[in-house]
Amino acid sequence: MKLRKLAIAASLAAVGLSAVFTTPAFAAEEQFFPVLAYRTGAYAPNGTPWANGFVDYMKLTNVRGGVNGVKMIWEECETGYATDRGVECYERLKGKHGGATAVQPLSTGITFALTEKAPVDKIPVITAGYGRSESQNGAVFGWNFPLVGTYWMGADVLVQHIGKKEGGLDKLKGKKIALVYHDSPYGKEPIALLQERAKMHGFDVQLLPVAHPGVEQKATWLQIRQSKPDYVFLWGWGVMNSTSIKEAQATGYPREKMYGVWWSGAEPDVKDVGDGAKGYNALAMQHGAEPNSKVVKEILEKLHAKGQGTGPKEEVGQVLYMRGLISSMLQVEAVRVAQSRYGKGKRITGEQMRWGLENLNLDQKALDGMGLAGVMRPVQTSCLDHMGSAWARIHTWDGKKWNFTSDWYQGDEKVLRPLVMLTSAKYAEEKKIKPRTPEDCKK
Amino acid sequence: MFYRENGQFKTSYKADQQVFAIPQDRWAILALVVFAFVGVPMLVDEYMFRAILVPFLILSLAALGVNILVGYCGQITLGAGASMAVGAYAAYNFMIRIDGMPALASILLGGLMAAAVGIVFGVPSLRVRGLYLAVATLAAQFFCDWAFLRIRWFTNDSSSGSVSVPDISLFGWTINSPTDKYLFCLGILVVFSLMAKNLVRGNMGRQWMAIRDMDVAATVIGIRPMYSKLTAFAVSSFYLGVAGALWGFVNLGSWEPAAFSIDRSLQLLFMVIIGGMGAISGSFFGAAFIVILPIFLNQMLPLVGSLFGLEVSIALVSHVEFIIFGSLIVFFLIVEPHGIARLWATGREKLRLWPFPH
Amino acid sequence: MSGMLYSLVALGFVLIFKASGVFNFAQGAMVLFAALAMARFSEWIPDWLGMENLFVANLLAFAVSVVIMFVVAWLIERLALRYLVNQDGATLLMATLGIAYVLDGIGQTIFGSDIYKIDVGMPKEPVMMLESVFEGGILINKEDFIAALIAALLVISLSIFFQKTATGRALRAVADDHQAAQSIGIPLDRIWVIVWCVAGITALVAGIIWGSKLGVQFSLSTIALRALPVVILGGLTSVPGAIIGGLIIGVGEKLSEVFLGPYVGGGIEIWFAYMLALVFLLFRPQGLFGEKIIDRV
Repeated sequence: MKLRKLAIAASLAAVGLSAVFTTPAFAAEEQFFPVLAYRTGAYAPNGTPWANGFVDYMKLTNVRGGVNGVKMIWEECETGYATDRGVECYERLKGKHGGATAVQPLSTGITFALTEKAPVDKIPVITAGYGRSESQNGAVFGWNFPLVGTYWMGADVLVQHIGKKEGGLDKLKGKKIALVYHDSPYGKEPIALLQERAKMHGFDVQLLPVAHPGVEQKATWLQIRQSKPDYVFLWGWGVMNSTSIKEAQATGYPREKMYGVWWSGAEPDVKDVGDGAKGYNALAMQHGAEPNSKVVKEILEKLHAKGQGTGPKEEVGQVLYMRGLISSMLQVEAVRVAQSRYGKGKRITGEQMRWGLENLNLDQKALDGMGLAGVMRPVQTSCLDHMGSAWARIHTWDGKKWNFTSDWYQGDEKVLRPLVMLTSAKYAEEKKIKPRTPEDCKK
Repeated sequence: MFYRENGQFKTSYKADQQVFAIPQDRWAILALVVFAFVGVPMLVDEYMFRAILVPFLILSLAALGVNILVGYCGQITLGAGASMAVGAYAAYNFMIRIDGMPALASILLGGLMAAAVGIVFGVPSLRVRGLYLAVATLAAQFFCDWAFLRIRWFTNDSSSGSVSVPDISLFGWTINSPTDKYLFCLGILVVFSLMAKNLVRGNMGRQWMAIRDMDVAATVIGIRPMYSKLTAFAVSSFYLGVAGALWGFVNLGSWEPAAFSIDRSLQLLFMVIIGGMGAISGSFFGAAFIVILPIFLNQMLPLVGSLFGLEVSIALVSHVEFIIFGSLIVFFLIVEPHGIARLWATGREKLRLWPFPH
Repeated sequence: MSGMLYSLVALGFVLIFKASGVFNFAQGAMVLFAALAMARFSEWIPDWLGMENLFVANLLAFAVSVVIMFVVAWLIERLALRYLVNQDGATLLMATLGIAYVLDGIGQTIFGSDIYKIDVGMPKEPVMMLESVFEGGILINKEDFIAALIAALLVISLSIFFQKTATGRALRAVADDHQAAQSIGIPLDRIWVIVWCVAGITALVAGIIWGSKLGVQFSLSTIALRALPVVILGGLTSVPGAIIGGLIIGVGEKLSEVFLGPYVGGGIEIWFAYMLALVFLLFRPQGLFGEKIIDRV
């Protein structure tokens, strides 16, 4: 007994020591990104394609020759979508290979926890399409970057869309919208905006929380059957999405009147429902499934054809894969921007990365050049606006694949801005943060 | 050789009954504490502090609480996470709603609040026990999960339901660096474990153990089961509440109810059972085992894989981690159902007699 | 109707608890494991054998899954439980939790962690009945109906197994009194293996039904927690209790969510089930149909 315990203790100690002392050889021309992924657990079906796309784009960047010669390197860490594991992963990876450049947690819960740590560690937190909506305000949230989309903007676009369908936002008066949401910070995000919009246009919002992990929705859909809302917004993640669609089918709620957020509109959510999900709509955070885009072809040709791709080939170009790819692209481009100021071909620090993220300016030409023509619209961030783009459209599942079914919408600044300012001011006050002024930004 | 008591004679009951009756123990523990306060901060890096040591300290405290209830009083609980949540949210509300509330005071008040709630959830223990009680405490767990998720008042109307606290300070000492956090938790843990050790040695602890060993007999010799069970629930919840507040304030900084979910409760129960029920030191062993093992496996497996020239994907790593973790638990339960603390005690007994075992 | 599914999971609990006094937290993991096996084999077998017939493929997959569950049961008994005889409840509970981790890990390693589909040809679209009688009508879900039918069938065959066969009688004898059973020559080890096998089959059936409704993925393993109040309500040792408890909880939590939920913000179904069980515990600790235990304080 004793011996075994000693052996265990010794090996534990050895690892502890090795964790302390093995600082890997560090080359100046490498740019390190931690990858907080989840490939196991309840959310794995959605987390995996994202991570694959994310890693594939970094591989592609390296094949293309890096950013002015600087190679991307990364290390994955499994979070299982759990906040404490995510924080541990972050702590483990942030100092490796000369320090993390930026971190993308892919979980609103982990984002909340890292928001506290980012200013101390000076590592930007990129949350493309998720995270806290008020962090769009770069004056208060100096290190959070909800690039390309926040939930408020997403909810806003959805309201605009159904307003348009009804023939004008004023026609929404007296309508009823049910929000079926994942009962977590993620799912609660859109509520503030929907209530704001409800006040403006006089529609009703019915809130229907679904407990983690979301396989129990019978009662929720019974309520929907009872109250017969005109539209159902779905703010789910992982298995909750497909369950919702199946329950909608089982209770006979028309899928055509269901609108998901961009995390509820990907292949894993609908593919095993198949025909049952026909007509189901979801927001597309700019991109949808893009099997025909140039960048996808390039990845297939340069990586997968040579056996270097991450994950299965069929997945390339799917919605969540593209989301990961674009998230990755944004950070690579921010490195490029930062290099233009701090020295081409040099490794940049987290602080310099922030400057890069705040001065991101991807016009259509640049996007086309990356093979993202038709996939994305231009993104331009600033010190005060950390979102950079408020475009989105709707796509619909036809039983086999996702098709775009709407024009581009843009989140309404007049609605979003006051809400962002108000909430972030409250946060600043609570945390005793002095908002940055435009002068601070110039530094 | 050095661990022998020859020539040490106790001349009073007081000396015989003290916490660490053997001087070597006393010195060893003292040295350990001093090392933890002085040596560790100089030796380890930030990652160790943030990812391993601080969680370890806080969860030890929580495991201590669970051990009081499960190990000493014999009342099994699956609602430990709920008590932690109550402590964390109560402390948060004290801190936010009362101006100028010192952090330490709000943490302790959070603990008291958890104790009050713990008493309420302890009531079913007067009627049922064993597995039925476990289920009753699960009810508490799910109810708390729900309450902190749904009732907006608790989270100060935060739109996302996630709350966050500013850096805490103690008599002008701002606790924000990892070392500060570590020292702060360590200080609290040392005080609380001494308290726990003395509690279980005293009148109250003996009542608990009597109830645990046989409640009918305990009643016959004049122990009030209601009083002692509920005090066990209260004290245990107090510890858990303080641990929960620390977990939120110091370790996470901002949290949501998922931080105190059923998984946390099970994890704590694991700690106690693997560490050793009814042994204070067991809580530390258990916490160390449960905190370090997954991280250890997680980092170790890719290395092992690379030895054999395999690229191990993180998905596989975490699956294998599950498998090893589970089998180790079963293994431990088979080999030493009384936990690591018992192993430790056996080892110590042997050492006391060594090299003349007979 | 999800009550029926709770019943199936609860049934697994009850069987094992009755025969070996183990409170099997791994039942959820077994459901997941069985469902994963079923889903994957029904996908793989047509590939290997090159045939198209869905029915045959499902049948074969079912057979393979049954064999796998037997092996799992045997391994659990062999490697873990055999050594834990006579430990107290909490230790055994922890051991089954450990087993649950192992099963989750192995299951995902072998079968992957994506969402998989079990297609046993259950109809999905609902039927409206009595719509002419009153507004809205009654919504009957054929899928639920079939699931309930299967569950009922399983229960009936189980009770025949328990009442009529020698093994079944031996099982009941062990449940009544381990020592007495052993003294008349019933091999305990084997009985336990059999019990775990039976529990494995109920897990498989629950997994198939649940999986074909919701898709097979990781969260299936959490339904064990949802089934706990059912077991408590029905009584830890009663098979009919598990069935009726399941129905009560299933209906109760849905009704509470629909009628009570809106007033308190929704999402109450989880703890409502537990509260219901708790109330029962306070007034009738042995559950609805459980044997009277003197374990009351």
